Amino acid sequence: MKHLPSERHTLSILVDNESGVLARIVGLFSARGYNIDSLTVADVSGDHAVSRITVVTNGPPPVIEQIIAQLDRLVPVHRVLDLTALGPHVEREMALVKVAGTGASRDEALRLADIFRARPVDTTTGSFVFEVSGPTSKVDQFIALMREVGLVEVARTGVVAIARGAEAV
Amino acid sequence: MSAELTGAEIVVQALIDQGVEVVFGYPGGAVLPIYDALFAQQRIRHILVRHEQAAVHAAEGYARSSGKVGVVLVTSGPGATNAVTGITDAMMDSVPLVVITGQVPTHLIGTDAFQECDTVGITRHCSKHNYLVKETARLGAVLHEAFYIARSGRPGPVVIDIPKDVQIMRARYAKPGVVGHKTYKPQVKGDLASIEAAVEMLAAAERPILYIGGGIINSGPVASQLLRDIAKLTGAPVTSTLMGLGAVPNDHPQFLGMLGMHGSYEANMAMNRCDLMLCLGARFDDRVTGRLDAFSPHSKKIHVDIDRTSINKTVRVDLGIVGDVGGVMEDMIKVWRARGHKAVDLEQWWSDIRGWRARDSFGFAQKGKELLPQHAIKRLYEATRAQKPIISTEVGQHQMWAAQHFGFDAPNKWLTSGGLGTMGYGLPAAIGAQIANPGALVIDIAGEASIQMNIQELGTASQYRLPVKVFIINNEYMGMVRQWQELNHGSRYSESYSDSLPDFVKLAEAYGWKGIVIEDADGLDAGIAAMLAHDGPVMVDCRVAKLANCFPMIPSGAAHTDMILEAGDAQGERDEDAKALV
Repeated sequence: MKHLPSERHTLSILVDNESGVLARIVGLFSARGYNIDSLTVADVSGDHAVSRITVVTNGPPPVIEQIIAQLDRLVPVHRVLDLTALGPHVEREMALVKVAGTGASRDEALRLADIFRARPVDTTTGSFVFEVSGPTSKVDQFIALMREVGLVEVARTGVVAIARGAEAV
Repeated sequence: MSAELTGAEIVVQALIDQGVEVVFGYPGGAVLPIYDALFAQQRIRHILVRHEQAAVHAAEGYARSSGKVGVVLVTSGPGATNAVTGITDAMMDSVPLVVITGQVPTHLIGTDAFQECDTVGITRHCSKHNYLVKETARLGAVLHEAFYIARSGRPGPVVIDIPKDVQIMRARYAKPGVVGHKTYKPQVKGDLASIEAAVEMLAAAERPILYIGGGIINSGPVASQLLRDIAKLTGAPVTSTLMGLGAVPNDHPQFLGMLGMHGSYEANMAMNRCDLMLCLGARFDDRVTGRLDAFSPHSKKIHVDIDRTSINKTVRVDLGIVGDVGGVMEDMIKVWRARGHKAVDLEQWWSDIRGWRARDSFGFAQKGKELLPQHAIKRLYEATRAQKPIISTEVGQHQMWAAQHFGFDAPNKWLTSGGLGTMGYGLPAAIGAQIANPGALVIDIAGEASIQMNIQELGTASQYRLPVKVFIINNEYMGMVRQWQELNHGSRYSESYSDSLPDFVKLAEAYGWKGIVIEDADGLDAGIAAMLAHDGPVMVDCRVAKLANCFPMIPSGAAHTDMILEAGDAQGERDEDAKALV
């Protein structure tokens, strides 16, 4: 199984919003040697009962299948959805990107941000913090460009994802 | 209606409402309120062990031999950490347990208080589920839910950590009706279309084999009967994992014995050459499969398991059926009969199997005074068989010899640490089994090294007048370690000699047990008879050939067809890849 090519999968995991549940999920990945490329978690229900965890992982298909089965076996897990396998879905992440500089590089940073629809959310005379969101590739690309014009630091949310169409999962 | 009870009283009342008769435990500061509540009642019997690890193994022995949920009660900190080995053992071998641990009061959690540890953190990945209960009002529901989770689906240990203030505070408690869980609802009923497909594959097979495991035992005694029915209908040979022994009687003509690393030649060859493998409640463990890319290369594989993660975990199968193995077998039999299938003529297949059987891979030749361990176990079996004994073991050579040479005729009679391989399991497990089966003959087949890992439990057996027998196969070595050193490490016996052994007879006597020595082959039968004649606990120090090894053996990472049958083939040094395997 190990020699099969790796695939990137985005999983949505609905869990009881209770103490320790994130540790169960994360611990399962580390204990069994699965990869986490990104992870987000937040309460998504009106009554604070259910959290939605989005994990981007990668592995050969049998490993992905095993990850889903292992997650599904955890008692506080309601459902595990493989959005990648289910078909069309939207993925987004947001990043806060701090850039410092003056003169031409400062002007260039602002121009590039405009092209990426990144919004300055903090400004000093020597720096910007841009808010940028979109698919992972767009965020990656924006950060790469900012490196050339004075990137200081980055904070990213990781991927959140949802299936297209009218139905809820 | 329901009056207000203290948390401790709720714990005890919930246990009573669950039908719990026995709790294995050890008191300490953070569980004193629960011990006080136990003191005030007569329904639940508490068995005081001498070490918390043993409390868990005793509860495992109780559970495996009775089919009930085992219950453990220990204190915070070291009480909980000592229990971790047992909890992990129960997790690996799918034993239903509820383990209640005391915790420091809620306002001290996180302050490194005396005897504080992060019990739910530590046990999160070695339990099926765990809870830290911070409100007394939640206690009753959590207790009942824990029993539901422990016994539903693939059974396992559930830990409930209860801070001391939660045990003291009061809340209402009412016995619940149907207990369940809002989302945890394991699939029990197998998919019928898949079952029909499985029956067709089975009916068309020319070289079928039934590969069965502990799931059959966990499914209940009916499953063992259904398995025998399937064997009869199909005429297929049956082989069992270590955990499944007893599901088919040892002398059943279609039973090939245990398979895997120390399994029989015929079982492993049949696994290799079969054209259809029906795996029932087993999990393709590495001890069973050997080298994965050479595992049963020409077969279609059907896997029935209650745990979806077991299917396609290490071995890809052609058809996976998630469900309780007993129910699935029942449906398979119905479909088989409804479709008018008859057993196929398997004469060529059985002729091959007879050829492999003729190798007599479990054979040994007892000659002279030096006692072979295999012979000791065989004679123990013959002397006790009529009494339908319950056998527990420790871990090592003696465990494998017991699996090979002690015949198991019924389920729930064989208690051994299969997945985790825990030395020190056997004596407390025997104690738990004796509590569950007061009239039964319970024997721990031990090694002189393993027995010392929970030797303090001799006192527990004395206290409760439990007539358990400990039969030590004493070769003065950690025999399996030495065997691997011979196989892989040029016979350099690094730290595997059992030096400074106690006088087991005197030790037994110090605890109020009877002690017996069997010096050699001449004294074997008399020693066994003396053990059986004594109506209290007996420890037998059975001195066996020091350098005997356990064969046949598939070395780690080798294929089923690469079995070592003779001791002479198993010396030397292996390459680094082989050495790296366990």
